[in-house]
Amino acid sequence: METIWFCLVAVMIAMYVVLDGFDIGAGIIHLLVAKSDSERRLVLRSIGPVWDGNEVWLLAAGGTLYFAFPALYASGFSGFYLPLMMVLWLLILRGISIEFRSHIEVPVWMQFWDAVFSLSSLLLAVFYGAALGNVVRGVPLDEKGYFFEALWTDFRLGPNTGILDWYTVLVGIAAFFALTLHGATWVAMKTEGPVAERSRAIGRRVRWAVAGLTLIITIVTFRVQPQVPANLTGHPWGFVFPALALAGLLAAWRFVGRDDVKAFLSSCAYLLGMLTSVVFGVYPYVLPASTNPAYSLTVHNAKAADYGLKVGLVWWVIGMTLATGYFVFAYRYSAGKVSLSVEEEGY
Amino acid sequence: MQDALTVHRLHFAFTITYHYIFPQLTMGLALLIVILKTVGLRTGDDHYNRAARFWARIFGINFAVGVVTGIPMEFQFGTNWASFSRAAGGVIGQTLAMEGVFSFFLESTFLGLLLFGEKRLGPRGHWFAAFMVFLGSWLSGYLIIATDAWMQYPVGYTLGPDGEIMLSSFWGLVLNPWAVRQYLHNMNGAVVTACFVMASIGAFYLLSGRHEPYGRTFVRLGVRVGVVATILQLFPFGDAQGRMVARHQPATLAAMEAIFTTREGAPLVIIGQPDVQRRQIDNPIVIPGMLSLLTYRRWTAEVKGLDSFPEADWPDNIPLLYYGYHIMVGLGTIFIAVMITAAWKLWRGRLFASRLMLWTLMLSLPFPYIANTAGWITAEVGRQPWLIYGLLRTSKGVSPQVSAGNAWFTLIGFMGMYTVLGILFLFLAGREIQHGPGHETVRTVPAPGGTP
Repeated sequence: METIWFCLVAVMIAMYVVLDGFDIGAGIIHLLVAKSDSERRLVLRSIGPVWDGNEVWLLAAGGTLYFAFPALYASGFSGFYLPLMMVLWLLILRGISIEFRSHIEVPVWMQFWDAVFSLSSLLLAVFYGAALGNVVRGVPLDEKGYFFEALWTDFRLGPNTGILDWYTVLVGIAAFFALTLHGATWVAMKTEGPVAERSRAIGRRVRWAVAGLTLIITIVTFRVQPQVPANLTGHPWGFVFPALALAGLLAAWRFVGRDDVKAFLSSCAYLLGMLTSVVFGVYPYVLPASTNPAYSLTVHNAKAADYGLKVGLVWWVIGMTLATGYFVFAYRYSAGKVSLSVEEEGY
Repeated sequence: MQDALTVHRLHFAFTITYHYIFPQLTMGLALLIVILKTVGLRTGDDHYNRAARFWARIFGINFAVGVVTGIPMEFQFGTNWASFSRAAGGVIGQTLAMEGVFSFFLESTFLGLLLFGEKRLGPRGHWFAAFMVFLGSWLSGYLIIATDAWMQYPVGYTLGPDGEIMLSSFWGLVLNPWAVRQYLHNMNGAVVTACFVMASIGAFYLLSGRHEPYGRTFVRLGVRVGVVATILQLFPFGDAQGRMVARHQPATLAAMEAIFTTREGAPLVIIGQPDVQRRQIDNPIVIPGMLSLLTYRRWTAEVKGLDSFPEADWPDNIPLLYYGYHIMVGLGTIFIAVMITAAWKLWRGRLFASRLMLWTLMLSLPFPYIANTAGWITAEVGRQPWLIYGLLRTSKGVSPQVSAGNAWFTLIGFMGMYTVLGILFLFLAGREIQHGPGHETVRTVPAPGGTP
């Protein structure tokens, strides 16, 4: 039962990263690919109808994590106190910059919010990457299952890690480039003209960084978290996940700048493959302890009681079926390339 | 204010109080927008659609701030109240996760359609979008109330060997009798806010001689729904909620009313300042026997005073609780008087000529916000010293490893951030009101509604 919920939460988080990832990526390249106000409107319009729905996946995943693994929620959220609060501030800034930018058609106002949108997107990508790095590396859990990490200590691995050390910063940078590529393929797919051209150019350039960093963090992760190679060798079928990531990466390399739709889908496959590899690699840990392996939180000691998990499965399936329905509807409603015609209000 | 517990409490109190300014208008306004859209659909009069469009724009700005200030609430259960989350997450996580899965996806999808899809959807489709936004926000309200109700009156759980709280009845949690009463009281309170806001903006237009046809529509709708809602808020909804408190949280009731000693025929204190040290009310104005009557339907019934309970179980801030409750009830009573007078004048056809009444309606705008906030202060301060009533003390729910210094850091951060948000909100909402309903912005940009 707890393994089912582990997979469901992982799927929801992966959905969040793939979906909100492209609008965060669009935010990162916003100032680079769109120079004039009308071009920036184009970028915003490409994510306009869907970005808020994408962000709901974070809330839904958070809520699901909360009820399925309350001990993990308690320990992880209080331990990552400072970075999570900063993520909240960034989400607030990013949300209002998209929301309020176009209420007042004064260039200074709009330029300010464009910059806030881009900067908050960039920082979010790095923070998310660093958070993932922390979960893989492990945190200094005490015997009660709690910890508190400062933002940084000496940037080294060891018993007294901060949120940021060389490993998590590396993962943060990798996440930044991966989401930049993801956003670039999205904007290229959804727009036309110079904005799409510049997005393709960015995509072609960052693919080098994505490929290089993927290689580096894969090697490093195998050393930092021995559970990952142990799981892969113990259950060789698990190689399908890194294989998916590799296939996505190779396909993205091939299609970026050539076929926008395929490039975007490849990037989705790459992100999904990377995340599922991590999830498979750390199982059954959900938060490994860097202090004493016995203090680690696993799916077994962090789960809620069985009855709750069972009834949860019923409403979760019903609710997510409905949600998927809205989602398909929203994406079909806004399918195709966006333009700047005033025919359609909004999008 | 150096101990971590106080800062964490302040942290939650500040962020939740600020947050709830926005959803109360969202939820109430969603209902009024559906009414406007329904009238527009049935009469075919585009006046009502334009009116609905104006309120949908206000709704959009309000919703965006509500969303971005709402996300921190879910996070804080884990960040600041980790021990509570570890103990009870398996129970209250259910309703919180259901809110995400059932309402947020619904709201975020249909709000975009409501704000920007009118041409493409057609009148019926657009009405449906408005209705779904209403449904999503009211469903969201229920699941949050069910969460709070469980903390007020825990049901449907068993205790495990290590004292962990485990869900044993899903329907017990979802259909908690406390939740049903609190929901009606709370949602109706949101409707009261929306009615006063709508009537207030309408009165503003009438008094300034601008957009007068819209002004009349807004005042009419606000007063008609408002007169019903303000009366229902006192009876039966407020009364039912109060009797829940009397039955299950008697110490809270005694503190709300500042009844220090147990007595038969307890009086209802209208005004007075509680002095907890001397156990008395200064400068009291009371109605003798009234509290006994309201609580137990008998003039002479015995009402337990605070002296019946160990001091450790007293709510830890009796004056704040007392004032929260009295401000809520006092304002609620004034609202009924204002709305009945306005409705009477409306019925006699004299409302739009009565400048005094229009001024009253216009200036009433902040007060339902104050009343709703005071009501929530009553509920939450009244639950103290418990986090989960009878099960978990507030002092035992806090995150063990988050220091006061770190909590102050983020509290100050939120204060700064929310000040900016408040200024932006007032500026943008004020601008929409200034432009008024007839004004159609050609929105060439996305921004459908904001995050969920």
